Amino acid sequence: MFDRDKWQEIFDTIRKHKLRTFLTALGVWWGIFMLVFLMGAGQGLQNGVVRMFGTHAKNALYVWTQRTTMPYEGLAPGRYPQLTYDDIVAIETRYSDLIEHIAPRLFVPSGEVTHGLQKGSYTVRGERPDLLQIEAMEMVNGRFINKLDMEQKRKVVTIGKRVREVLFGEEDPIGQYVKISGAEYLVVGVFASTRRGGENAAEDEETIFMPLTTAQQVTNRPRDINWFVCTIDPRVRVSSVEEKIKDVIRDRHKIHPDDPQGVRSDNIEEEFREIMGLFFGIKFLVWIVGIGSLLAGIIGVGNIMLIVVKERTREIGIRKALGATPGSIVSMILLESVVITAVAGYLGLLSSTGLIYLMQVAVGEDVQFFANPQVNLGVGLTALLILVVAGALTGLVPALTAARVQPVVALKDE
Amino acid sequence: MIELKNIRKAYTTEYTKLEVLKGIDMNIEHGEFLSIMGSSGSGKSTLLNIIGILDDYDSGDYRFDGELIKGLSQRQAAQYRNRLIGFVFQSFNLLSFKTALENVALPLYYQKVDRRKRQTVAMEYLDMVGLKDWAHHLPNQMSGGQQQRVAIARALISQPKVILADEPTGALDTNTSYEVMKIFREINQQGITIIVVTHEHDIANMTKRIIHLKDGLIDGSTSVATASAGS
Repeated sequence: MFDRDKWQEIFDTIRKHKLRTFLTALGVWWGIFMLVFLMGAGQGLQNGVVRMFGTHAKNALYVWTQRTTMPYEGLAPGRYPQLTYDDIVAIETRYSDLIEHIAPRLFVPSGEVTHGLQKGSYTVRGERPDLLQIEAMEMVNGRFINKLDMEQKRKVVTIGKRVREVLFGEEDPIGQYVKISGAEYLVVGVFASTRRGGENAAEDEETIFMPLTTAQQVTNRPRDINWFVCTIDPRVRVSSVEEKIKDVIRDRHKIHPDDPQGVRSDNIEEEFREIMGLFFGIKFLVWIVGIGSLLAGIIGVGNIMLIVVKERTREIGIRKALGATPGSIVSMILLESVVITAVAGYLGLLSSTGLIYLMQVAVGEDVQFFANPQVNLGVGLTALLILVVAGALTGLVPALTAARVQPVVALKDE
Repeated sequence: MIELKNIRKAYTTEYTKLEVLKGIDMNIEHGEFLSIMGSSGSGKSTLLNIIGILDDYDSGDYRFDGELIKGLSQRQAAQYRNRLIGFVFQSFNLLSFKTALENVALPLYYQKVDRRKRQTVAMEYLDMVGLKDWAHHLPNQMSGGQQQRVAIARALISQPKVILADEPTGALDTNTSYEVMKIFREINQQGITIIVVTHEHDIANMTKRIIHLKDGLIDGSTSVATASAGS
């Protein structure tokens, strides 16, 4: 019964001091709101960028050749080293322990691709089955090109989802034929991109894959490849293997070891690492700003508690004259502050997660660099707890002082 | 009931020491209706505050019903005040954000009396001072006299042994002052001791005994019957 009275007393006081309560609440609300909202937005940015990678292997290395710029072993600069399947075999043999998958590829000049009356123009590439494990794609229908296709140089293709939509509409494409540069190819599978946001997925899905051997045959380049991508053992940093692989090619094609052109590569791991580093920076900033606004909130609460206690000195004097013990005064002020900060903080938590939810709904799937903003509830609740405790602590000192003052002094306060 | 022996009290600041009470000896019996008179600075309010355990004293002995009131913890002092003493102040000291009824009920809250009971009892006391219809008004919606009557009801609700009134009529006009004093007289007739601090002769003359205070010392005590006869 006593407890209920105490709460009644607190809610009475809060209800009758709306401005004071509002001001205290505002600071707390803002602090929590800023922290949680910033963190959610930061996470959204990160998710958006990570999503652009899809299931693309983060330990991938792309290697290609360019015209040389330095003379080497009696050869003039300006040569174009043509990568061949033998290079791939050489690399595979030499670094079989470091390389997980390797996918050499050859572009097939295609012109128009047709199926019946439907036609479209798509990128056509010869690939090895390994590609499925490296790039961001998943099979929707049928299968990917396999080893047997390679060995028998079968005229089969796996087409992107977008290709299927244009050429086949609602029809099942598996077992049907598409015509590429006058030759018929059997469709064995349909794939979709796992990358989201921006143009990436659409581009990926406008591609047709055939076995590398088939591509070499139809282009009459029996050993050639354009470039290759490989994935490295995840226990090893890609950059530590990068030069070793390029050295194999330099050696085989007589490219000067110091030639900045000749062999070029693109390290996805490094790229990913840089982006993650950037996000670490952003998160750090968010934390600084968030903690700053939380601190401002705490100071605000403390300030208002100081004013509140000062303002209530006379009231405290009266209450003491009527028989209030110091303990009851302190607990009254503290509970009041805790109730206000807890409720305001909870509202801050609620409104920031609400806003983030709305952003998520508004943003949907299609916006680049932003996806699924998330709130770490644990962090939000911790921040709330800190604010409540801080509000109580900052109120405690003046409350204790006020409770200890002789009532006669408190009563004299104007 | 109240025994004061050689009570001394000084206010010291960094530079000055102001002796307010220089050795007060005083006995107040159960059921007295007493006023303490003196010019401003005579120490009458300080004396009342010491009796009301709102302030402490430097030396001497203060006994209430034989119990020594000295060096109490704030908690003990609060409990004594709540049980033994009712206060009426010059500036009423009602909580401005609480209604008349809530103000009156407050001492019972600190006695941990059930809320419903508190309200019922508070209503009875408000009725007693003739303000039943004003129970749900805030203090600033009431006249000075009404506010002081609310304060008196609040002082009475804990059924204290003594009511201490510090210039209870200081903020009121003559008619209202007399009404307040009439209420005090009625309360006193029920056996409650009342001590009024005032500097107004007519108010003091409505009590039964006057103690004169001058420069922190008692300057004599007159019983009103003889005083009236003498003048």
